[in-house]
Amino acid sequence: MRIQFFSTCLVDTFFPETGEAALRLLRRFGVEVAYPKEQTCCGKPPHSGGYTHEARKAAEHFLSVFDGADPIVIPSGSCASMIKNHYPELFKDNPRLLEKARKTAERTYELTQFLVHVLNAHEAGLKGTGRITYHASCQLTRELSVKEEPLLLLNSLQGAEFVSLPHADRCCGFGGIFMARQPEISVALAEEKAATIRNTNADTVTGCDHGCLMNIHDALRRRGDNVAVKHIAQVLAEGL
Amino acid sequence: MSSSREAITFRANVQKALRDPMLREAIKRATDTFVTKRTEGIASLPMEEWREKASTIRMKVLDNLPQYVEQFCASAERAGAKVYQAVDAESARRTVAGILEDRGVKKVVKAKSMVTEEIHLNPCLQERGIDVLETDLGEYIVQLAAEAPSHILAPAIHKTREQIGKLFAEKLGVDYSDDPTVLTRVARNVLRTEFLTADAGITGAPFAVADTGSLVIFTNEGNGRMVTTVPRLHVAVLTIEKLLPSVTDLPSFVRLLPRSATGQMLSSYVSVITGPRKPGDFTGADELHIVLLDNGRWEILKGEYREILKCIRCSACLNVCPVYRAIGGHAYDSTYPGPMGIVLTALLEGMERAHPVLDATTLCGACVDACPVKVPLVRLLCRLREASVEEGFAPLLEKRGMSAYGAVVSSPVMFAFGQTLARIFWPFAQKLSGYGPMSRIPRPVARAFRRRML
Repeated sequence: MRIQFFSTCLVDTFFPETGEAALRLLRRFGVEVAYPKEQTCCGKPPHSGGYTHEARKAAEHFLSVFDGADPIVIPSGSCASMIKNHYPELFKDNPRLLEKARKTAERTYELTQFLVHVLNAHEAGLKGTGRITYHASCQLTRELSVKEEPLLLLNSLQGAEFVSLPHADRCCGFGGIFMARQPEISVALAEEKAATIRNTNADTVTGCDHGCLMNIHDALRRRGDNVAVKHIAQVLAEGL
Repeated sequence: MSSSREAITFRANVQKALRDPMLREAIKRATDTFVTKRTEGIASLPMEEWREKASTIRMKVLDNLPQYVEQFCASAERAGAKVYQAVDAESARRTVAGILEDRGVKKVVKAKSMVTEEIHLNPCLQERGIDVLETDLGEYIVQLAAEAPSHILAPAIHKTREQIGKLFAEKLGVDYSDDPTVLTRVARNVLRTEFLTADAGITGAPFAVADTGSLVIFTNEGNGRMVTTVPRLHVAVLTIEKLLPSVTDLPSFVRLLPRSATGQMLSSYVSVITGPRKPGDFTGADELHIVLLDNGRWEILKGEYREILKCIRCSACLNVCPVYRAIGGHAYDSTYPGPMGIVLTALLEGMERAHPVLDATTLCGACVDACPVKVPLVRLLCRLREASVEEGFAPLLEKRGMSAYGAVVSSPVMFAFGQTLARIFWPFAQKLSGYGPMSRIPRPVARAFRRRML
């Protein structure tokens, strides 16, 4: 099976290890990964800020780069939701691109969605270590309805202990442009999330979105906590 | 963030709220209780089906509003009420004041009503020498404290019981107590006398029924019944979108509103008031006057934000909102706080006034999941943010940044160059921004993922 991998701008710019882990993971299941080199950003940051013109530019570029019929796999719930839910909306007045956006949306998967529904990775006996808790990011949970998939995968890890996070789906305060526009509220929300994570006594917190993880990481470090913060791709690929 | 006067005010409000541990604790405690009770209360119910049904009914109302307004006016008049249509806050205030003054009213008792907050009715009546007393316990507390409600359903949610104990001791001259039962009894004693001596009662109405001309009022303290039956005169103020087509639609909302609000299966009192007291009736006011208010609704109805008018003011979206939970209602400095409040504020008061509160959402979507009538709040909020950028309310630096983004996003080469530039300048930017966003994002890596894939 062949897929197209969209690394997302956050992974590309700040967290390349996550991209590498995702590739190892996909290849472990015999997936042939294509990396369209012209890729940039999906347009989520301007979109959430109200900059529709810029978002549309990014979306148009994405649609032209991710051509073809192979599934597109993305290690982020919010980027995957941007493509699946918001692209069709962005091009509602442009029949040609709307058609393309719809077709692209259909073959777009968030990473854990693809791992569970296409690859059955939760039945593969992947290995892990330590005590792991999980933050359920907003667009992943509510816009994509990906709720069980990450839990199935984490619970399947042999050698790791999964501990659930109270209010796991409460927003961590990242919110894309929100963290820039309302830094104080953002920090307040992240601090509460960090305290909840600390209380689980987990040694690792994971999630499917680097935006949130970055925000949570910052809050944990500021309170002097050394809980490891890892993208789910890294956690799942650790035992490979 | 923008540096307009409004934005600076909002920022100051936020900082004040975040530095008030008592406030934050009070709001957290109360909203968590509401949310937990709601979650438990609806766990075994076919909520999706109920929400769909309620949403359909609300859309039907909006799609045929002129017809329902006309029908309601006719039915209510037939039932013996007098109906007035007011276009804006000013005309609604004048109408209410006129009704009261014509009848020599000196003292008014009120049940909770957000619409009368929206039109600032109380100060207007007080200026005319009419005593106005709020009788919902929460409203009574904020009125005593000379504050505005900070939540559309639990107006005093921002106060701890210790603060309420002190307030009562100071304003009512009673012994200090922080026992809710004692405090409630104190308020009850005061209010009981007021009910008996008031000349008129003023209420809002979460719903009004077009085919019967009835008003529907929910309370938990029974004050709604006292207000509408003890004084001889009852004046109800409500906005046009509160209508429901038929009395047969009521059950859908009677079961949905309290469950969404506080998790209760039913509020303690549900009153359906059809016209004034008739010969042989035990209760009811001798006169019922209904002020049906537009105040911008017809305009909203015509536009792309019309679905906000489905809102039934249950407050579920406030309770689940992480931002509301952190800063409370006063920070929004508007009649309606929280997700539904941001949308309404922008539409009712305009973008200049409202653009800062458009930032008071992470767009997490918890509100969308909680809304019993499926208002697409995230979509409306996104669209409003888009409108605020179009209307020039975005901060300059952010606008520049976004233009730069737009310039490089279609070009992988420029994009990669941008990453390199960002890496070089990041340490400086981090120093400049203090505890701002840049300091919370790590420095871009030396070898981006795209380079590793070459």
